[in-house]
This record gives sequence, structure tokens and C-alpha cells, in this order.
Amino acid sequence: MALTISLAVDTAIRAHGAETYPNECCGALYGANGVVSDTFALPNVTEEGPRRRFRISDKDYMKTERRASELGAELLGFYHSHPDHPARPSQYDLDHALPTFSYIIVSVRGGSAEDMTSWRLRDDRSAFDPEDLAVAAPENSHA
Amino acid sequence: MPNTIHIPTPLRPFTDKQESVQVSGGTVGELLADLTKKYDGLRKHLYTDEGKLRNFVNVYLNDEDIRYLQREATPVKPGDSLSIVPSVAGGANDGRDVPPKPQAKADRWRLA
Repeated sequence: MALTISLAVDTAIRAHGAETYPNECCGALYGANGVVSDTFALPNVTEEGPRRRFRISDKDYMKTERRASELGAELLGFYHSHPDHPARPSQYDLDHALPTFSYIIVSVRGGSAEDMTSWRLRDDRSAFDPEDLAVAAPENSHA
Repeated sequence: MPNTIHIPTPLRPFTDKQESVQVSGGTVGELLADLTKKYDGLRKHLYTDEGKLRNFVNVYLNDEDIRYLQREATPVKPGDSLSIVPSVAGGANDGRDVPPKPQAKADRWRLA
């Protein structure tokens, strides 16, 4: 599997991670056919300590589904940051993972966004598999 | 009169892409059982191996969270609808990274 994000999406996720540092940020990913074209930043409502946890409220989750309809796009997954920690899923991420979604993780060290990775839950729920993450060049770029 | 269960996006591949499914039963638990009887592939994502609803599976009867009612024993009336709302959560290292890496201990996240 592979996921492509636009440069604007890449920038938005990194900026959100830097903005909420040292706490985790979270948000939804929208698009179609493995291409993320839009994000929706969401509040982190965890009660377990936002430096190492995130949670999206049920109301906000319902909002993300409605927003997909409004955008005429699919809800493709979610992103979150790992402050001062590698962009690698934890057991806690695995325990809460949903099938078919892409999970983008951005590592933010000292307030600067660094590595970004994407993961999908294996069918038997036993692990995450990494998926290739590419940033699409802007349409008006001249490579 | 059957009841309707609204299916969230990530579970729709298991319901032939249907956004809602018609089910029958007298309680929330019976409606969910009818759903997994119709679509067996949903079972492992909704229930643990011990048959309990997974922590991240929230169920609303109309607009009320069943945790504040009688959970799966909550009676339903004809025409009531259920919504499955996944709890989207996660976070950085808790000391049990997956996949395991030999150097995991070295870059374990610490409280500032």
C-alpha cells in the first residue's frame, strides 16, 4: 500500500505538530484513492497526559465523518505527532487502531517536525504494516 | 419494524460498503449480535477474543452513549437506531513499541 500527500498536507501536519509541541496533535485525513488532499485539525481531549497520548472526542469523530460528506471526499485516516519520540507506532496505537485507515505519525523533536511515516493495521490486528508515504510535487512545479 | 445501525467509515468494507444496516433484536446487544451474524468480518474489530466490546468501540442508542444506559442490556424500541463511533486514540511510546526494535530502550520517551 502507498499513501500520497500533497505538499500542503505535509506542511499542515508538520505545522500542527510543531504548534502543539510538547503535546501531541491529531487530525483527520481526507482524499480518495490513496491520495490525501485535505486535513482537519482536531483538539486532543485525552485525559491521560497530552505529551504522550491523544484522543479525539466522539462528537469530533462524528464531525469528521460529516466533513467527509461535505468535502465529497473519503475519510482516509488520522494523523498524530510523537513529541521527542520516533515516528513509530506504540502498542497503545495498535490497541486503538481501526482497519482500513492510514495512520500518519510525525516525530517532533524540540519543536521541529522531523520524520513522518504512515501505517496500516494488519488484517488480523496483530501489528501495523508501514506504507510508503510520498509527497506529491505541486502541479506547477518544474522538476 | 427493524432497527438501523450506522456503520463508521473504517468498518464499511466489512458491510459491503453500506453506511447503515437493518437489524432486529430487543436489546443493544442483540442488535449488535444480528449485525455480526450478517457480517462476520466485523466481529474481530468490534469484540475481543473474550467476546467483550473493544475499548475503542463506542455505541450510541439514538444520541445516548450506552455506557450511561444499561450498556449492551439496554432495551431498544422499534425504530431506534444505533451508531458505532470508534474512539480514535493513540500516542507515543509506552515502553511497548511495535514492531520491537533492539534499541527501543535507548530512545524510550521520558517525561520532561
